[in-house]
Amino acid sequence: MEFEPVIGLEVHAQLATSSKLFCGCSTRYGAEANTQTCPVCLGMPGSLPVLNREAVRMAVMMGQAVEAEVRGRSVFARKNYFYPDLPKGYQISQYELPVIEHGRLRIEPDEGAPKLIGITRIHMEEDAGKSLHEGFGEGVTAIDLNRTGTPLIEIVSEPDMRSPAEAVAYLKKLHSMVRYLEICDGNMQEGSFRCDANVSIRPAGREEFGTRTELKNLNSFRNVERAIHYEMARQQEVIEDGGHVFQETRLWDADAGHTRSMRSKEEANDYRYFPDPDLLPLEVSETLVDEARSSLPELPDAKRERFMEAYGLKDYDASVLTTSRELADYYERVVATGADPKLAANWTMVELLGALNKDGTEITESPISAEDLGRLVQRIEDETISGKIAKQVFEPMYAEGADPDTIIEREGLKQITDTSAIEATVEEVIAENEAQVQQYLDGKEKVLGYFVGQVMKKTGGKANPQQVNQVVKERLDAKKG
Amino acid sequence: MALDRKTTEQMARLARLRLDPEQAADVAEDLSRILDMIDRIEEVDTAGVEPLAHPLHLAQPLRPDEVINAPDRDRLQQSAPDVLEGYFRVPRSVE
Repeated sequence: MEFEPVIGLEVHAQLATSSKLFCGCSTRYGAEANTQTCPVCLGMPGSLPVLNREAVRMAVMMGQAVEAEVRGRSVFARKNYFYPDLPKGYQISQYELPVIEHGRLRIEPDEGAPKLIGITRIHMEEDAGKSLHEGFGEGVTAIDLNRTGTPLIEIVSEPDMRSPAEAVAYLKKLHSMVRYLEICDGNMQEGSFRCDANVSIRPAGREEFGTRTELKNLNSFRNVERAIHYEMARQQEVIEDGGHVFQETRLWDADAGHTRSMRSKEEANDYRYFPDPDLLPLEVSETLVDEARSSLPELPDAKRERFMEAYGLKDYDASVLTTSRELADYYERVVATGADPKLAANWTMVELLGALNKDGTEITESPISAEDLGRLVQRIEDETISGKIAKQVFEPMYAEGADPDTIIEREGLKQITDTSAIEATVEEVIAENEAQVQQYLDGKEKVLGYFVGQVMKKTGGKANPQQVNQVVKERLDAKKG
Repeated sequence: MALDRKTTEQMARLARLRLDPEQAADVAEDLSRILDMIDRIEEVDTAGVEPLAHPLHLAQPLRPDEVINAPDRDRLQQSAPDVLEGYFRVPRSVE
C-alpha cells in the first residue's frame, strides 16, 4: 500500500530582546550559571510578572510577516507541570486566546511545487531553564535558570506538509524570516530556534488523518528531515504488521538514527491550563501594531523578486542570495561598486560562499569586504585579469584580507594585452617546437591548442587568451605560404 | 457533583500532594462542594456576555526592554536546599 505523510511543525524561536519576558534579567547566552535570575524568574512567592513591550512588538512583527491576524486582546495562561528547570511549577504561555492567528507562509521545496503552508497560531511564552545531567556526579542533575523566562514565540503550523522536503523548506523559510526580522538569532545549536514535528501517515488518497506522534530534539534541518523519514517508515511498518500507532512523544536520537518513545507519564498531557491571575489581558494597541509594521524590512520573497528584476538574476541565484538578509546586503554592496550584477552573483555565490562554508565562517565575518570583491569583479570586466587569474587573486585576498589591486600588482598578475609582447612569445614557442609546426602544416589543426597552452605557460597564464589564439593562428598560417 | 476517589487521587498526584485516605475523603468532599457551586453558576444564562479572563477591567501594563537586575546569585540561592558550583543541585531527573 502507498502511504502519504501528514506533517505539522511547532517552532520555538527565542526573541532577541535584551531582558526576559516578565522581569528585568538579562537574556545573554553563556553567562555563569544562575547569575541572570531574580525573584520573578525564580518563582519566589510574592513576586509579580510585568510584560516586556519589545517582546510583544516582535511577536506582532512575526504575525505581520506571515500575513496573520493580530488579536487586539489576548490572554496569558498557566501551563502546569513539575520539572526541576521550571521553578514556578508552571510555564506562562497562551492557550485559548493567542496573540496571533491564521497566517500563511509560501515555501519552495527542493522537490515539488511552491505551496502555501497555513499557520494556525503564534503565541508568546517563557522559556524554561536548563538541566545538565552529565558532569556533576552520580545521580545528580544541575540546574541553571539563566534561560528561565527568556521570551519565546511558538509558531504552530497547520498539518499542511506532505513530505520531509516540504517540512524542511517550511522550517528554512521560517528561519530566514525570523533573522530578516531580527527578532531571533536563529542559532539551532544554542537552542534559540527549535522545532518539534507532528507526523502521521495515511493510505494515499484517504481524507482522514492517522494517529500522530510528536518528534522532539530535532536540532538541525538535516535532523528534521532524517527524523521524519525514519518516523514515516516506522509507522508504516507498525501498520503493515497489523498494529496501531500510539499517540506519544518520541525523542530523535541523531547518533543512533532513530526515534524512541519518551516514557509517557500518564499526566504528561494534563497541563490544566487556566488564565494567569497575575497577568491582565494583553491589549495590543494600534500604536504598537503601526510601530511593528513600520519596522518590517523587505522580506525574502519580495527581495528575491526584486533581485530577479533589477539584476537579471535567475530564480535559483536570487533565492540563494536572499537566504539571509546579511548575504543579500553583502551582494548589493558588491553590485553598488559598479560590478556587473551577474558576475557579482557568481563570485559571491561560488567563490566566496564556497570558501566561507569550507571554514564555517558567516558572511558577516567575511575576510573579503564587499567593496574589494566588487573591485575584483571589475578587474575581470576591464580585462586587467582573466577570470582564471581572478581565482588566483581571490585566494590571497581571502587569506590576507588584502585588496585585489595590491595582489595583482604584487604577484605581477596583470594580463598581458600588449600585442608585441605576445607576438614575441609566440615566435619563441614556434621556434622551439618544429615537430608540432610540421604537424600543423600537415593539416593537424588541433595542435593549435598546444601552442596556445605553451604561450600561456610561458606567460604564467597572464596573456589574454583570445589574443594569443589569434596570433598563433596568424603566424602558423603564414608558414603555409 | 461528587468527585470519585480515582479523580481525587489523580488531582493530588498532578499537584504533587500526598494524601492519606482520610484526607483524600475530606478533600473529595470539599472539591465536590466547589463543583456544585460551579454547577449553580453555570445555570445562569450568559448568552451575549463576553468571557472574563480577569476580574479587573484593565489591560496589562508593559515595561520597556531594559536589563535592571544585577547578578545576585549568592543571596538568591540562600533558600535553596542544595547548590553546587553556582548550580541548583537536584536528584537526577532523567534515566
